[in-house]
Formats: sequence, C-alpha cells, structure tokens
Amino acid sequence: MKQQRKPKLAVWKFASCDGCQLSLLDCEDELLAVAGEVEIANFPEASRAVARGPYDISLVEGSITTPHDAERIHQVRRASKVLITIGACATAGGIQALRNFKDVREFASIVYANPATIEALAKSTPIADHVFVDFQLRGCPINKYQLLEVLSAYLHGRKPNIPNMSVCVECKQRGIVCGLVTHGPPCLGPVTHAGCGALCPSYHRGCFGCYGPKEAANTGSLSAWWAGKGMTERELLWNYRNFNAYAEAFRKESEAHEE
Amino acid sequence: MERIEYSAIETLLQVLKRRDYVTLAPILREGAIIYDEVENASQLPRAFVDVQAAGSYRVERREDNAYFGHHVGPTTWKKFLFPPLFELFRVIRTASGFRIEGDANSENHDTVPQHKYAFIGVRPCDVQALALNDKVFQNGPYVDRAYKVRRESMFVVAVNCTEAGGTCFCDSMGTGPKANGGYDLCLTELTGDDEGFFLLEVGSERGADVAKELPSRPADPSERERAVEAIQRARTSMGRTLQTDRLREMLADNLDHPEWDNVARRCLTCANCTMVCPTCFCSTVEDVTDLTGATARRVRTWDSCFTLEFSYIHGGSIRSTPKSRYRQWMTHKLSRWVDQFGEYGCVGCGRCITWCPVGIDLTEVARAIRERQHSSITLQEEV
Ligand code: SF4
Ligand code: SF4
Repeated sequence: MKQQRKPKLAVWKFASCDGCQLSLLDCEDELLAVAGEVEIANFPEASRAVARGPYDISLVEGSITTPHDAERIHQVRRASKVLITIGACATAGGIQALRNFKDVREFASIVYANPATIEALAKSTPIADHVFVDFQLRGCPINKYQLLEVLSAYLHGRKPNIPNMSVCVECKQRGIVCGLVTHGPPCLGPVTHAGCGALCPSYHRGCFGCYGPKEAANTGSLSAWWAGKGMTERELLWNYRNFNAYAEAFRKESEAHEE
Repeated sequence: MERIEYSAIETLLQVLKRRDYVTLAPILREGAIIYDEVENASQLPRAFVDVQAAGSYRVERREDNAYFGHHVGPTTWKKFLFPPLFELFRVIRTASGFRIEGDANSENHDTVPQHKYAFIGVRPCDVQALALNDKVFQNGPYVDRAYKVRRESMFVVAVNCTEAGGTCFCDSMGTGPKANGGYDLCLTELTGDDEGFFLLEVGSERGADVAKELPSRPADPSERERAVEAIQRARTSMGRTLQTDRLREMLADNLDHPEWDNVARRCLTCANCTMVCPTCFCSTVEDVTDLTGATARRVRTWDSCFTLEFSYIHGGSIRSTPKSRYRQWMTHKLSRWVDQFGEYGCVGCGRCITWCPVGIDLTEVARAIRERQHSSITLQEEV
C-alpha cells in the first residue's frame, strides 16, 4: 500500500560526464511519474533545491578519483538507505580508469602548468571498492528503461528484472542478424552484459562493451578465436580497453595482450 | 506427384493470401536469409546460397536461378509460435483489490493475435522441429494456448533439400533431407539446364484444397527420378555427421569425460546456440510493475540454460560452471530428451554450429567423447 511520506531520492555525482544522470532527465514522460512517487531531494542537474538527508534511495554516478571524493562517498553512504550505482564510471571506474594502466603523475606533469596543485589518486576506482553498494546498474550511459525498472523495483520492494546474460540474447530476441558470424570481428556482444537492447548491432555495428563484462565472461576464448582470424595483439588489447577497461574480466584480458 | 512451374510460386502466395494467411517465407536481410512476411514471390532470395561453417555464415550468388537454393539461417519458425517476448497477462489495481486482464491462457483472451500463418519454405529438419515443439507446447498435460491457437490454423509448405549446407547433419538425425509428413504441401525444386521447376506433393486436405488452384500436370517418371537423385545428392553431401548409435547411453555414461572441460574452456556461455535452436523451448517469466504500482505485467521471455540465473534456486546456481551448463544443454538435446519425449531433441539443422561465435560443434564434442569413453559416474550423480 502507499506510504504516507514519499521516499526521498538523491542523485550524487563523482568523476563522470553526467550522461547517466541525464538518462533520468531523459525519462521525459515518465519523469513526472517519478516525481509523483518520490521526493527528489537532491539532484543538482535538475534543481538547486536540496533537502536534508537521510535519503531512501541514492543514485551514485561517477568513480572515485580524488582524496576528497574518497571521503565524500562515505558521507553519501551514511546518509542513504539504499545506494545504487549508475553507469560504467560508478561500477567499473569508467573511461578515466584508462589511466590506471599508466602513471597519472606523468600525465599531470605534461598537461598542467602547475601539477603540484592536482590532487588525483593514482587510480580511478568504482564505488563498490569504497562502500557497500546495494545494486549496480551498468551502461555507458545507463538505459533509462532499466533505470525506471530499478526504481520501480525498489519502490515496490521487489527484485529488479536486470538480466546478467550476454548482449547476444538481446540480439536474438530482437531478430538482429549476428554481425560477428556474418561479417567477422570485432563485436564484444558475447562477453558483454545485456541492457542496451543491442543498440549498436541494430545499427550494424559490433558491440563496444558499454555494459561491461557479462557474468562469467570468457574473454580468453573469444580473443583466441579472433587471433585465429588474424586480429593482432594490439587490436585485441584495445578491444577491451574502453569504458569498462578496469572491470576485472576486461582488464585481465587487455593485460594479457600487453607487449 | 505433380509438376508445377516456377511461375506457380507467385500463384501459391496469392492463393494463400486470399485465404487470409500471413505469408512468411525466406527473405534476404542484413546479410542473411531470415524468415519474415512476404507480399510476393519477387521478395524470395532467388539465386542466393548461404555458405556455412562453424562460426561463419556468408550469402553468395548462385549460378542457377533457384528459389530455395539455400539452407537454414539464424531465424527459426518457432519464433512465430513461441515469441521471444510475450505478455501473459496484466494485473490492474482496483479500489477493492486487483483485476486480471488479457490472460493469454484463458478462453476469452484478448492478447493472442488471431494470425493465420503460412510458413513457406520449411526445410525437413525444421518440419521435424515443429513436431518436437508440438510435443512440448501442446501435446502434453500443460497446453500453451497461444501456441496451439496459431499452430492449428497454420499452413506449412515444406521444401525438400537437394544440397546440404556446411553444418547440416539431418541425415544422421533421420529428419531429412526429405520431409516425411508434417506438411500441407511439399516442394522439391529441380534446377539444371532448363529453367527449373517444382515437384509438388500434398500432405493434407488443406493442402489439396490449395493445390487445386495451382496450374500443374502430373510429373513424368524421369522427373520423379531426378527428384530422387537430387535428394540423394543432399544426403551424401552433409557438412557434418553425428553417430547416433547408443548416443543417449554414451553421453549419460560419460558425464565426467575430459572433453567437457575442453569445450568449457572455449564456450562463452553466450547462449547463441540456444537462441538459434529450433527445438530449445525454455522461457522465464518476469513481473514488471510500473512506478505507481497501479499495473503489473507478467511477461514471458526466451531463456537459456547457459545463464547462471537459469538454475538459480535459494542460495545459488546449481550449474555454477560453464562446463555444467554446456553439458546440461548437450546432454539434454542428445540424451535426456529421449527419456523425456521419446526421441532426440536435435534435428541436425546445424544452426548452433554456424551461429556459435567461437565455432563450437556438438558433433565434434560427441565424437571426442565417443573416441575415448569413460563410464564412471552416472546421470543420477550429476551435480
Ligand atoms: S556453445 Fe557457442 S553459442 Fe553456445 S553458449 Fe557456448 S560459445 Fe555461446
Ligand atoms: S542442437 Fe543444434 S543442430 Fe540440433 S536442432 Fe538445435 S540448433 Fe539444430
């Protein structure tokens, strides 16, 4: 039955591009329904009004890249009943985690006139490396329908219908012809977590792996098959190094192809 | 047996359309021959062939002008009877409780579209797959009403195979290359020096009624002989073979065979094999509520034994390793299906071999097991 007080929803930003938060604004028609069901207590992208915590649901976007953020995420956790990470940055470190494979001080010395003022941690890390996370919603950016599904599920106390299977299942359910088998690599679909609805394959592009590794992703077998089709070590490495480069299965696979 | 000319294909389509059938046939799209609705015969993938190998599929031009000079592609006919996404019913919150709407399994359903489908160009392996689907969805104690409604009103035009594809092994499974019943009409296409034509066989009263409207003449003995030879050519050119002698027992007796570890190292557990298989029938149901909690929908979607969720019960997944998941799939198709339904669950269409992104071939796995057999644990002890 309906609660008396509307649950409070907060949206928090760490190192990220704002794309995932935008998915919430992008809900358009459904946004009114969201606003009807929850009190949007903190969402700087939408409104300057900030209501005090504690919050029933916190959506966290972005990765941890500075000492300050490493502190702040603990405050967010303390103020939140349920903490849900949204997007590749928050769940895997994001595109900025490419620096984890290099020396960030070296970058800073090249890019900034006064690198001593830059307070950056050596690695960009996912939220779950710092605090307990109730649910991780994948994607770069997240899919707005999946976001609505997760919110509905938490509002009604049920399990979200967010399958961990491969993108291939979405392709096949939609009747999209497999580009990997008809044209050849690359397509990360067989090792990538579903959720986008097979967006790229529906435009005749291979999957870029925006949703990160699927459950039990066997990247080694896929790479071995592609190597047999003539893909170079360098190409293999860069296939796995993008928005989810620091997610374990993709990280290990790309490192296996380092010279 | 009658002879009909190429031009009669258009007539056949129009006759079926006049009888209110939705005409579904092979069509070339996105680099593959798939099944979808066609309006006229010019949409058929005439003069194309699909070249198939493990993990590879290419469409090429043919030398001749054959209408059905191709094999089976990534689509299965089952998707029209057992759709990948299907709403079973909706629940609407009311002042006093709730109300159920659109129950697909009730007599007064309003969600099952009353389509009459005509499947045109069903290969013999797929004809047998439909018979297996029937066992699962409508012949047992639990009838899928939406399936049954569509199946009963449906029309099947089978096409015998005169060339086998690179991953076909219907001959091993006894399902082809000639259809053995299960159709309303059956065509054998003959090409050669002449323009090409079809021999027509009638398999039902409904079929006879349609055949009446097609211009035809009785096939002469030499034409019949050519058809027998052409089908024999397909039989002797199978891309794969699977030895079925004691296959059921052999797999059941070799659940700890090292070959399962070999295949598990390669398997991506991506589920493509199950999605393209014409006999895989697993599904799951999801209850989807809206934000306000005013309505909920129960949706059925295709599922696969290759996911961890599939065998999840309280505390975890029963089949936690890729090895146990691959083994579950293959031993079900080729061993336990026999216990369950009295015949193999594989019709030898080769789709799972072609559409596996890393070219895993169940006939090779079976061969490897046969060549070096163990028999230390039995099916009952399986974990
Ligand atoms: S056998 Fe091939 S298609 Fe099937 S799950 Fe394994 S990798 Fe995917
Ligand atoms: S198991 Fe493979 S060959 Fe057998 S029917 Fe299914 S897809 Fe076809």
